[in-house]
Amino acid sequence: MADLSVNICGIPFKNPIIPASGVFGYGREYERYYPLSKLGGIATKGTTGAKRTGNLAPRVAETTSGMLNSVGLQNPGIDHFIAEELPHLLACDTVILANIAGATAEECAEVAAKLDKTDVHMIELNISCPNVKQGGAAFGTSCTAAAEVTRAVRRATSKPLCVKLSPNVTSITEIAKAVEGEGADAVSLINTLLGMRIDLRTRRPILRNNMGGFSGPAVFPVAVRMVWQVANAVKIPVIGMGGVASGEDAAELMMAGASAVQVGTAIVQDPYAPLRIIDELNDWLDANRIQTAAELTGTVKPW
Amino acid sequence: MKQDKYTDLLTYIIVSMTQLTAAAWSMVIECPEVAGKAQPGQFVDLLPDGNFTLRRPISICGIDRAAGTLRIVFEVRGKGTKALSELRAGDTVNMLAPLGHGFTLPEQSARAILIGGGIGTPPMLPLAEYFGKNAVVISGFRSKDSAILQEDFAGTGAKTILCTDDGSAGRYGLVTLPLEEEIKTQKPDLICACGPMPMLRATAALAETYEIPCQVSLEERMGCGIGACLVCACRTKDKNGDEQYTHVCKNGPVFDAKEVLW
Repeated sequence: MADLSVNICGIPFKNPIIPASGVFGYGREYERYYPLSKLGGIATKGTTGAKRTGNLAPRVAETTSGMLNSVGLQNPGIDHFIAEELPHLLACDTVILANIAGATAEECAEVAAKLDKTDVHMIELNISCPNVKQGGAAFGTSCTAAAEVTRAVRRATSKPLCVKLSPNVTSITEIAKAVEGEGADAVSLINTLLGMRIDLRTRRPILRNNMGGFSGPAVFPVAVRMVWQVANAVKIPVIGMGGVASGEDAAELMMAGASAVQVGTAIVQDPYAPLRIIDELNDWLDANRIQTAAELTGTVKPW
Repeated sequence: MKQDKYTDLLTYIIVSMTQLTAAAWSMVIECPEVAGKAQPGQFVDLLPDGNFTLRRPISICGIDRAAGTLRIVFEVRGKGTKALSELRAGDTVNMLAPLGHGFTLPEQSARAILIGGGIGTPPMLPLAEYFGKNAVVISGFRSKDSAILQEDFAGTGAKTILCTDDGSAGRYGLVTLPLEEEIKTQKPDLICACGPMPMLRATAALAETYEIPCQVSLEERMGCGIGACLVCACRTKDKNGDEQYTHVCKNGPVFDAKEVLW
């Protein structure tokens, strides 16, 4: 049995596997399958200042080795989250990363300020949602905007702050350096890639929003590349994600530079995916006589 | 997906597989615990073998608690349902079940009209079994070749009315014509419906006109199937009449027709 624990920004995680924001809601649906304490942490559904209804359906389309989604940040708002969901999550004996988003830097800062008064462990600032017109990709695709929103949130909270980056950019390392420069304690990547599918019969995009976020095993090599590039460009920890579906995928992303790994689409397919990935990571470490998961981080030997 | 202790929890044995029409298949799955809990109107979510990311939600067509089995009837619509149709008795299938919110049933003595359109017909069968002779089942299909489950419905003691779009079997035309006739003959206590959106919309409109409670089973492209990922959004009204998105997999698939924003 390997030691799976990792430490990010001073927060101890019992293992490096974290359900990614959006696929796991606030955990309640998964509790009837297993205790949430088995997870390294939980990145909660993206929460905005006010309630958001989200986009029209269809919001999902299957693709080869992946899927598209266009939920559009449907959520009940930060006050509901803090009053109705957070107390339960904090009693689950796992690290809670509250994922937040907003249409403006001020909204993000306001949400972060409210969370600052709670016992949430970490704030994950989403500057990369591809499915909303404002506040999503707009922040994540320019260094200036990414820096501005990070600065505003940094002023609003002393909680460990992780900024979730968009892959839909020319240079993700420049964005990563910009948010690091404004006081981000960690970065997480990659959010979904912008994609599209068309129904040949109707000539309509399958998603009612026309475009959506592309995820799943198909994007894994992009995630490995970007995690590697960002880990080499910044000094703060990197939380990797993007198509992870097995313990070996998690090990690979950690070698690329990730200190922990989020799992998204694999959970949409199978609620037990995070537990399987934890077990497989442990088995892989044991088989390779590696004593701790943490020692994998950044150990790729590039040519 | 390779088999491990987690997939074992979701793996069930197929007891029988029967082809009903060119496209429709009937699958019976051994799952005593699931069958013990399943309610009419709920669904199962099957992961086909092969390179598929998403499960395929399929409504429950039969619940046999004594035998510990569920029956589903589905149509081959794409690669995923094609893969499911290639399974045979003795094969296993990866299934999350039972899922969703089913029909809210009144006393068995209530008079119910059950409306099924095409591959929306199967979830009406457990209801026909429940209401028996107090039910009228009106099912509509494109043509005689695609009509399914007529003998099963007749076997429940319910009155059955078959409609086809081309008149090749039963009555020519839409299910809403016999529905209105039946309502005028004897007003039912409840209408339940599953099928294409235009059919459900027309059924809900008739139910409203005649002030009859109506429950509809909706379909939407689905993700996790358990209410977490929020992709299968359905526009509904909340208690105050405000528009909201609820989710077919958790709040539904069965909704009170009055809640749905048509």
